[in-house]
Amino acid sequence: MSTRDWLLEDSPHSRLQANAGRAYRVFTALLRNPLSVLGGVIILILVLTALLAPWLAPYSATGQDLANRLAPPSGAHWMGTDELGRDIFSRVIWGSQITLTIVGLVALISAPLGLLLGAVAGYFGGWTDRVLMGITDIFLSMPKLILALAFVAALGPGINNAIIAIAITSWPAYARIARAETLTIRSSEFIAAVQMQGASPFRVIVGHVLPLCTSSMIIRVTLDMAGVILTAAGLGFIGLGAQPPLPEWGAMISRGRTFILDQWWVATMPGFAIIIVSLGFCFLGDGLRDVLDPKSEGK
Amino acid sequence: MSQNPTTAATVEVAGAASRRTRRRLLAILGFVATVLLTFLGLLAITFFIGRVIPIDPVLAVVGDRASSEVYEAARVAMGLDQPLPIQFVHYVLNVFSGDLGQSVSTGRSVVEDLSRFFPATLEMATIGIIIGVVLGVPLGVIAASRQGSIIDQIIRVVGLLGYSMPAFWLGLVGLAVFYARLRWVGGPGRLDIFYDGLVQPVTGLLLVDSLLAGEIDIFWNAITHLILPASVLGFFSLAYIARMTRSFMLDQLSQEFVTTARVKGVPERLVIWRHAFNPIRVPLITVIGLSYAGLLEGSVMIETVFSWPGIGNYLTTALLNADMNAVLGSTLVIGAVFIFINKISDVLYRVLDPRAR
Repeated sequence: MSTRDWLLEDSPHSRLQANAGRAYRVFTALLRNPLSVLGGVIILILVLTALLAPWLAPYSATGQDLANRLAPPSGAHWMGTDELGRDIFSRVIWGSQITLTIVGLVALISAPLGLLLGAVAGYFGGWTDRVLMGITDIFLSMPKLILALAFVAALGPGINNAIIAIAITSWPAYARIARAETLTIRSSEFIAAVQMQGASPFRVIVGHVLPLCTSSMIIRVTLDMAGVILTAAGLGFIGLGAQPPLPEWGAMISRGRTFILDQWWVATMPGFAIIIVSLGFCFLGDGLRDVLDPKSEGK
Repeated sequence: MSQNPTTAATVEVAGAASRRTRRRLLAILGFVATVLLTFLGLLAITFFIGRVIPIDPVLAVVGDRASSEVYEAARVAMGLDQPLPIQFVHYVLNVFSGDLGQSVSTGRSVVEDLSRFFPATLEMATIGIIIGVVLGVPLGVIAASRQGSIIDQIIRVVGLLGYSMPAFWLGLVGLAVFYARLRWVGGPGRLDIFYDGLVQPVTGLLLVDSLLAGEIDIFWNAITHLILPASVLGFFSLAYIARMTRSFMLDQLSQEFVTTARVKGVPERLVIWRHAFNPIRVPLITVIGLSYAGLLEGSVMIETVFSWPGIGNYLTTALLNADMNAVLGSTLVIGAVFIFINKISDVLYRVLDPRAR
């Protein structure tokens, strides 16, 4: 029996086989959509660039070369150099590590937090639900960027605080989704069966409700990543996110502001990196939604 | 004397009417209550940010260069010797009586600063939303009616770019191209330097004030300065509005009454603009409201790029100077306007849509 047959078998013999089969089906469905392939490739390149930055970057991210400052794009410096003679292309490559860290940590903090709060609210209902969702709605009704700015102002500038602030402003959307999913799952018979076997609410939520929320969560998180990248870049641009000399893309654009009228490449080049990576997450998220949640296709 | 049947009917009608008024009253009361609760929540968040997170809130407000007398005075003025719940009540009372504290960097009260800077932001966001609606709605309708055409593809790309392009970056590129290269528009700021301060502020909206003063030159100058930042904002609202319009229209165009109209021989233009477009006007209002509120947020970044003397610029300056009263005041005002616009579009939706009544 080939691996493919094992993956696509109609009656899987183990949980592992069922999961692997499902993942394989999602993967092949994604491959049929050119845009989601493009998105996946972009994200893959981002990850590889971040991992291989020391070998890919032709120059150091912080090494200054004042004789060669503000040089236009050329064969030696593909994206030109900045006001300290640093190679912008190398800085963009090193910056991918920062972007990936921000995106990853925000997802790791806010998604589980929102998931748990939403599932608890939906599962218990009543006052728990009202209080938790009231807080969620207040956060949701606030402009995200402004809220993140205010949090960073209180916590102090820096990349860690920027990540915390963005995570604080991102979880409410996930809580809403998790609650909506939990409400439909809560009344199903298999939950009743687990409850009758004496499972604690904790066990029901973590073991049986949350796993069913993950697919809609993955879609939403992927789609939100573009927004996270933009917010992080915005914080960096204002000077509250990653601090110099870190090659964060938003902070790099901010440095290039002074030279925008004559040396356009300093501010423009990191922007292209932001756009490409954000587009990658949008494409992949759209593709995932079409595959995992066919109801909302094309919206 | 026997009961007159007409009176009974009148009583019945009156009863129904009073019941309807009562239900409407309850709905209004419920609405006011949710708005108030949301505002209280907003206040709780800003209170938390300003008084609980910083290790030393006094230092956060007066700055580290303050003398010890100033520090002590601020500490007492902020009521920090009292327990947190009481501090919160004081904070809420202060905000409702229009006191947001003093700004360290400008030396004026935050309320005064905000009322001075807000009109510039309002002007830019309003022109931005007008651009977004005037271009976005027709483009969305055309994209939906000619699915797969070039316009449809362009709208898709624009929609995606609206999601993935940093607003401040687009502003910078716009400055480099349209100001530095082509000289089509004015540079940063609201006016050229030699026009500055010539118009007496009445509304604070330069376009209105210059017309009121009869200064046509200044009016045109203000337009050349306003058009680029407003277009950048307009691009983002266009992207969102066009995408939503397209998706609403596609829903409508697949309905049976549209097919019926087409079979009947109604001209395609009427099918699109009357049969399909009329029902989506109400949901579009919500979309436009959300987009307008979003522009207020977007203007924070844009104002930094264009040195636009609005509330966003005020906020970022305050952030960099760690001027906490100014930061929280601007956050509060932007948040309140944001919530207000959202709730208003919510109400409009309910009033205008007969099904939601």
